[in-house]
Amino acid sequence: MTVNVKEVFDSMTYGPAPESSAEAMAWIKEKDGKFGHFINGEFTSPAKGFATRNPATGEELAIISQAGKAEVNKAVSAARAAFPKWSKTKGHERAKVLYAIARLLQKHARLFAVLETLDNGKPIRESRDIDIPLVARHFYFHAGMAQLMESELPEAEAIGVCGQVIPWNFPLLMLAWKIAPAIATGNTVVLKPAEYTSLTALLFAEICVEADVPKGVINIVTGDGKTGEAIVTHEDVDKVAFTGSTSVGRRIREATAGQGKSLTLELGGKSPYIVFEDADIDSAIEGLVDAIWFNQGQVCCAGSRLLVQEGIAEEFYARLRKRMASLRIGDPLDKCIDVGAIVDPVQLETITNLVKTHGGDGEVYHAPCDMPVEGCFYPPTLITDLHSASPLMQEEIFGPVLCATTFRTPSEAVQLANNTRYGLAATLWTENINLALDIAPKLVAGVVWVNATNLFDAAAGFGGRRESGMGREGGWEGLAAYTKPKTTAKKLAPVAPIAAPKSPVVDGLDRTAKFYIGGKQARPDGGYSKPVYGPKGHLLGHVGIGNRKDIRNAVEAAHKAAGWAKTTGHLRAQILYYIAENLSARAEEFAARLGEMQPKSKKHSGKAEVEATISRLFTYAAWADKYDGQAHGVPIRGVALAMKEPVGVIGALCPDEAPLLGAISVMAPAIAMGNTAILCASQAFPLAATDFYQVLETSDVPAGVVSIVTGDHADLGKTLADHMDVDAVWSFSSTPDLTATLEAASASNLKRTWLNQGQARDWFGKDGEGREFLGHATEVKNIWVPYGE
Amino acid sequence: MENQATATASSDTKSASQLPQLHEPRNAGMELDMDWVAAAQANTSAIERRAKTLPGRRSVKKEYQAAWLLKAITMIDLTTLSGDDTWGRVRRLCAKAAHPVRQDILDALDMPPITTGAVCVYHDMVETAVKALDGTGIPVAAVSTGFPAGLSPLPLRLQEIRESVHAGAKEIDIVISRRHALTGNWQAIYDEMRAMRESCGDAHVKAILATGELGTLRNVAKASLVCMMAGADFIKTSTGKEPVNATLPVSLVMIRAIRAYHARTGFRVGYKPAGGISKAKDALTYLALIKDELGDRWLQPDLFRFGASSLLGDIERQLEHQVTGRYSADYRHAIG
Repeated sequence: MTVNVKEVFDSMTYGPAPESSAEAMAWIKEKDGKFGHFINGEFTSPAKGFATRNPATGEELAIISQAGKAEVNKAVSAARAAFPKWSKTKGHERAKVLYAIARLLQKHARLFAVLETLDNGKPIRESRDIDIPLVARHFYFHAGMAQLMESELPEAEAIGVCGQVIPWNFPLLMLAWKIAPAIATGNTVVLKPAEYTSLTALLFAEICVEADVPKGVINIVTGDGKTGEAIVTHEDVDKVAFTGSTSVGRRIREATAGQGKSLTLELGGKSPYIVFEDADIDSAIEGLVDAIWFNQGQVCCAGSRLLVQEGIAEEFYARLRKRMASLRIGDPLDKCIDVGAIVDPVQLETITNLVKTHGGDGEVYHAPCDMPVEGCFYPPTLITDLHSASPLMQEEIFGPVLCATTFRTPSEAVQLANNTRYGLAATLWTENINLALDIAPKLVAGVVWVNATNLFDAAAGFGGRRESGMGREGGWEGLAAYTKPKTTAKKLAPVAPIAAPKSPVVDGLDRTAKFYIGGKQARPDGGYSKPVYGPKGHLLGHVGIGNRKDIRNAVEAAHKAAGWAKTTGHLRAQILYYIAENLSARAEEFAARLGEMQPKSKKHSGKAEVEATISRLFTYAAWADKYDGQAHGVPIRGVALAMKEPVGVIGALCPDEAPLLGAISVMAPAIAMGNTAILCASQAFPLAATDFYQVLETSDVPAGVVSIVTGDHADLGKTLADHMDVDAVWSFSSTPDLTATLEAASASNLKRTWLNQGQARDWFGKDGEGREFLGHATEVKNIWVPYGE
Repeated sequence: MENQATATASSDTKSASQLPQLHEPRNAGMELDMDWVAAAQANTSAIERRAKTLPGRRSVKKEYQAAWLLKAITMIDLTTLSGDDTWGRVRRLCAKAAHPVRQDILDALDMPPITTGAVCVYHDMVETAVKALDGTGIPVAAVSTGFPAGLSPLPLRLQEIRESVHAGAKEIDIVISRRHALTGNWQAIYDEMRAMRESCGDAHVKAILATGELGTLRNVAKASLVCMMAGADFIKTSTGKEPVNATLPVSLVMIRAIRAYHARTGFRVGYKPAGGISKAKDALTYLALIKDELGDRWLQPDLFRFGASSLLGDIERQLEHQVTGRYSADYRHAIG
């Protein structure tokens, strides 16, 4: 084809600007177009598998092996065998390996980028300028974490063998997010790339050999969902990390329930993109290009829900439509393309059907871009005037489709933004710093971008709230997902209540312990109570048997007390000190009562337990205004503020082995951080907690911040774990076998769980308090604030 | 050189850049709308991000690149604004403006003759330039109004414009009073600009904002709007004498203002980045920016100009590379 220069001179059109795929294709050809797994430092012979295709052309690129149980077993065994040595390898030695990987990624950057674009369909600009540089950055950053782990995290150690399953939208980047922190902290991994996009993971495996990664530390097996299932449910996998859809994440939560696995999930989203009337509108529109047309909208944190202040909406939509018309869609290897190919015909069909079925709920605008005749492409699309009930406003489309509605006031913007089961990311545009810093903390999201969107960096954690998942990837906060506190495991024996004596001793006036819900004493809804006896046969009182409705009432009360989260740490500290003061005033009574209710064989006296409890309250009063967030050093002119926010409503099954100290060890960190707490008192010795509500009543604790319910831990725990409006369930109960039920039930709304896994904890020692508790009582929200005038 | 200049003067080549004839109604201006000016926003970091990623988002290769670079030449205001300018120097520049690209290169690309968009000089050189460019169709632009500081008395500045127009300048590049912008006296900017536009008569007026001295991008946005409201035909970044001249972020702010003004009034105002654009690659980025943000209509010399002196040389070398496949050397191309 010869191009007439004069014609182009007149028309000023963009011509083709193709990136060569020759080197990448040569690499595939070198392998005869067939790939095995990477297990124990070696590639297996290619086996039966499936084709991976270039979605822009439909052309087959290679045959990928399908791993079955046998291959997964081999990979897990290799990771297990490598773990003891790798986890004990000096941080500096591990850092050298990560550094070598980072350098090699940079040296082969273009090959990785082209291969990624061939396999995934994303524009070469994105794989070249965003994905691959972020991948290298992640390994550099975590090389540093390996180096610093011994000095900075002396109490932490590696978890073990990590089973990691990643999606197709950022194939190599998600690999980096999973592998870098895992191996930096001394874990070994078995990773499965997505079926559609395995190639860059296999090229990465080659680099591991060059980087001298010890055999078995990194294993990569390929396959479909079945392979993934075999990895995440494998009994010798200690930790599961998954990025993908919420429905699969929920299945993983259920399938791994009770297996004692640590779990992080990074799932779907329907992230709001809020534009206030004083925003730089043109920049906000340009931001949308990076929010929803980045990677064809196949981004978990895509700003897919546009919320525009009503007064500027029409003007905004008009300018946006104009901008959309100038987007260029086509060959992803073309360096002059904005929107590439949808990853697979199946995904294209899903997008097409969603818009076809529900587009009528609003007004659909397809950008009039020149569309390629062949391949998997979908035009940039804007759907305006959608009501919040429309499935398009609620469901993740995972395509280049922007759904829009309007709001009137900042508070309505927050309401609409949070009207979703998801909570991954949020974007807001305003030139008013007061507004920005007021709104950002109110958005339920793990990441908030102010006057920017889709900014990522290894130094800032990424991850969601609600059904967008749990755990963070990146930053100091991300290390929690791959480390655990150094403790020696000790089995927790069930603690039984004192059995009813043949002839109970009844003296004194009848004492009726009630529940404490919403700041008031409440009778059990079911109307049933049971007697509590002391070791000498005394009838100490009666406690209510809590049921579903009591939990429901407590949760309602907890939500009514949501304002607690907005109080200052200083105020919460004062209240915690005041609780301690009031307990101290009644110390003797509580000590005596603890003596009366528990067996004489107890290691700690009642007096000692009350003393420890008062100290614990002081500990969290101290922490209430000191558990600071961070300002992450991200590579922009701006800050990423890692703010520690309360998790929300925490339901806790309190320990039985220290009925007062245990309950307060759970309550105090929760409320110190601004959570509301529903305490299910020790099942064996419930009176310690019910006596305590009188202390709460006199200590200015606002109604609903703490509720206390007594009853059967299995029943109450299940109700809490099932409850869609509870954000976390903690269990330190000695009731056996609760873990599986609670973890499975928590899948309902993917609430966070912190369960003792049948292990004992020394409530009187250092394991009974501190950062581990604070970590579980908070979520990190990263608020990115670029600045400059 | 003198010979060449003479040859140029006698040339009656109708330059390709003037074809096809485009008839754009002149910006008539409007009342100063302070509500609009006050509401102008420019988020610096977002604008910088857009500007920074633009070169990676757009790429023009091979014959397309050659065509775009040739187009860029037709948009250059070939400029000399030095204290040591002489008549001979200006004539040499005019000759280059009329024949900016070696004939064999044009032939290889199958292109008709082209010229630069204009020649830009100080008032004293207008007459010389007009004479040297006689018959080429290339307009002469004069920098005026106490260039570059704009600090001489207003009546003198207006008189300077009239004299340049009288001497044959078809375009007048004026400078705004930065002191008014920096103190928020937009009415004063508007009134001065109005008066200058009037003094220009039929000559087109380019308003130089001296963006490097306006302090913030928000001020750039406001100054752009005020100058357009007062009837500027072009808005231009810099005199070339400020510490920072044309940048992509500043350009983005100014062309977005042009877009908004067009959407509201229907008038297309031209844009001229000046100073600091010296590489062919930068020129391509600018053209892509204009194409994407303003549309193809602005990719003509009547609505877009580069204020540049050394850009042409780099473009010439790139064009020879396109033709021969070999990297070129500057001495292979006539100096301007």
